[in-house]
Amino acid sequence: MGANQAETPVKTVTVKVDGCTVEVPRTTPNWLGKQEPTTVLQACKHAGIEIPHYCYHPKLPVAGNCRMCLVHVGMPGRPGPDGKSPMNEDGSPKIFPMQLPYEPQTPRGVIGCATDIIPGMEIYASSPETRAMREAVLESLLINHPLDCPICDQAGECKLQEYSVDHGLAESRFAEVKVHKPKAVDLGPRITLDAERCVLCTRCIRFTADVASDDALGIVNRGNYSAIATYPGKAFDNNYTLNTVDICPVGALTSDDFRFQMRVWFLKETKSLCTGCGTGCNTVIGSRENRMYRYEPRQNDAVNSCWMCDAGRLDYKWIGRDDRLAKVRGPKGDTAWPSVLKAISNHLTKAGVGSVAIVASARQSNEELYLLNKLAKHFKAPTDSVPRDGEADQLLVARDRNPNITGARLTGITTKRVGSKLAAIAKGIASGKIKTLIVYGEDVTQHGIGVKLLGKLKTLIVSDILPSATTKNANYLLPGCAHAEKRGTFTNVKGRVQKFSKALEPPGDAIAEWEVLHELVHNVAGLDEFDSIEGLFNQMAFEVKAFKGAGLKWDSLGDKGADVKL
Amino acid sequence: MKVDRTKLTWWERLYIPSILNGFKVTMRHFFSWKRSKVYGDKQKSYRAKTTMQYPEEKWDVPTGYRGAPYLLKDVDNNTKCVSCQLCEFVCPPRAIRITPPGGGGVVEREGAEKMPDEFEIDMLRCIYCGYCQEVCPEEAIYLLKDYAITGESREELIYDKEKLLELGGADKRAYDHHAQDGVAEGVKKWETKMREASEQPKFH
Repeated sequence: MGANQAETPVKTVTVKVDGCTVEVPRTTPNWLGKQEPTTVLQACKHAGIEIPHYCYHPKLPVAGNCRMCLVHVGMPGRPGPDGKSPMNEDGSPKIFPMQLPYEPQTPRGVIGCATDIIPGMEIYASSPETRAMREAVLESLLINHPLDCPICDQAGECKLQEYSVDHGLAESRFAEVKVHKPKAVDLGPRITLDAERCVLCTRCIRFTADVASDDALGIVNRGNYSAIATYPGKAFDNNYTLNTVDICPVGALTSDDFRFQMRVWFLKETKSLCTGCGTGCNTVIGSRENRMYRYEPRQNDAVNSCWMCDAGRLDYKWIGRDDRLAKVRGPKGDTAWPSVLKAISNHLTKAGVGSVAIVASARQSNEELYLLNKLAKHFKAPTDSVPRDGEADQLLVARDRNPNITGARLTGITTKRVGSKLAAIAKGIASGKIKTLIVYGEDVTQHGIGVKLLGKLKTLIVSDILPSATTKNANYLLPGCAHAEKRGTFTNVKGRVQKFSKALEPPGDAIAEWEVLHELVHNVAGLDEFDSIEGLFNQMAFEVKAFKGAGLKWDSLGDKGADVKL
Repeated sequence: MKVDRTKLTWWERLYIPSILNGFKVTMRHFFSWKRSKVYGDKQKSYRAKTTMQYPEEKWDVPTGYRGAPYLLKDVDNNTKCVSCQLCEFVCPPRAIRITPPGGGGVVEREGAEKMPDEFEIDMLRCIYCGYCQEVCPEEAIYLLKDYAITGESREELIYDKEKLLELGGADKRAYDHHAQDGVAEGVKKWETKMREASEQPKFH
């Protein structure tokens, strides 16, 4: 650029993609979120055209080794000695399609993931030249691929399958013997590797080294015999290993937990949240015929990027346990919802102020905690929740293992010091002042209110999902739902309110806790009518200060949630 | 619409000629010495056409007939199905139901990674469309020639893996289809792969 020309900051760059002029941002956030020059692949994405790729991942450093994103591009000519760019006769800048230096008839491709765009560039994303390059790359990748799609867990969500259909040749021209690499290699406690299927994109290596900070994987051997491996004798075992299964574009890395469980095309996908800790990673539940098969992380850059931890991912088996509470129980044995709700409502209407205490769980949704607090206010009842602390890590796991501790605080169920009022409640029961205890989703016998104390109560109303010592002693037992069986919202430790949806039908009589609580609050304290979770949320958002401050509405939460000020 | 009735002639109104005409056909069959083309092989001893004794004798249906789908075994009596569940997916009446093996599944033969834990076909639901046979990548499910599937209860007609393998594996008529496709009997797809692997140097 000439010295006399003032440099003006360029915000957008104009390029041509498949003959259409598009204006794309000059920079795009890289995997760390830093602005970097937009690449050809990203420019095509802005233009709505997908360039096939294996090794490129928006949340990983660029490696550029799979060559799948090869595209043919044309560059504007460099300025000559007179300082003028070469022009066509009609005055438009002359574009030179890239070609091999000593073989001008052969087009030369560039890798879309690592080539920055320049103004005036032309990207021939679907030209015959580009298609020929893709065909060639795919043919090479498939040379040693075992084609064992019938037994491969990735089949159905495999990029090699998809791109072969979209861009590949129908038949292989490879007549020689394929190289056979080890199959079903136990890479770590949760990961099985099939080296034959691997396309050596190194996404897993980059993820575990750069994102999970555990440089555990590498490529061993050379040429056709290259394979992903760990150091001999060492297992690939950190808390984020299963993310490599997600980002593996083929079926090389498979999850031991999901291995041969169900073909992915049968799975119904429901947007949900992980309940393993206070981070609230966004997830997708894969379920079929009312059985949950897996969690997968769902991208949300404000919370979990594209990742989730192994502990959270495998924390779903309790949902389908055989001993789930499925029957409504009254003082005289099994009964039905109408009669038990009537009995509890009658009992609570007669209960005096100060004779009721509530222990709620920070595993419940905001709406349920709000309704419980509404009930508590009516009796001026002491309420609290149970703390569940663990160790935080550098990436996602939060210190607080309750998924909704912030929600419990914001709705007024508990204070900063979670569980500090449990002792007072125990004292109240011992002195006989508290005659009715309502427990939601916790086993209070583990938290200072023992079986003996529970025996002193006149009435113990318990709602839970799994049996415990508390549910055993309950006068009224109300079976509840796991988060995958109802709708609602959680507030994570950073104050992000996020929705979760219903993937499964609850077992037996169990119905969502908020429906039961709505009925009870309506009968005891009186409450405006609403008949949906949306109405309940909007009412809560109007009454709870922090939610009101953020102007929350069910519809405005979207799939990725909204922040509230803590 | 009005259909005009043709007026019968007096000859037609007699009826007797028609009756005699019909009787002529009956008599021709009764005295026929010509052997039947359809099931002639079975009845070499008979010279005349006779009624087939149906449940005991059955029609020998032509090759390519779409009868009941069964599971085949290879020549070494191993299960061929690898539980890919494509037939379950493609089945229009959802007659097929496969339980995949999960991580700790049992495999019967060397070199296999996956085999179904359970494989059920509801023969009452099956419409004999042959999609399962068409979609099967392992050539493990075939529509054989059984066409009269009967049972005394609905449960009895849900065939499980053992029954399907027994019915399919023992029935060599299955390979008529193979022969038709130019495939040798009892093809074993994985054999080449295993031989190739054993001949290669080990680098791992």
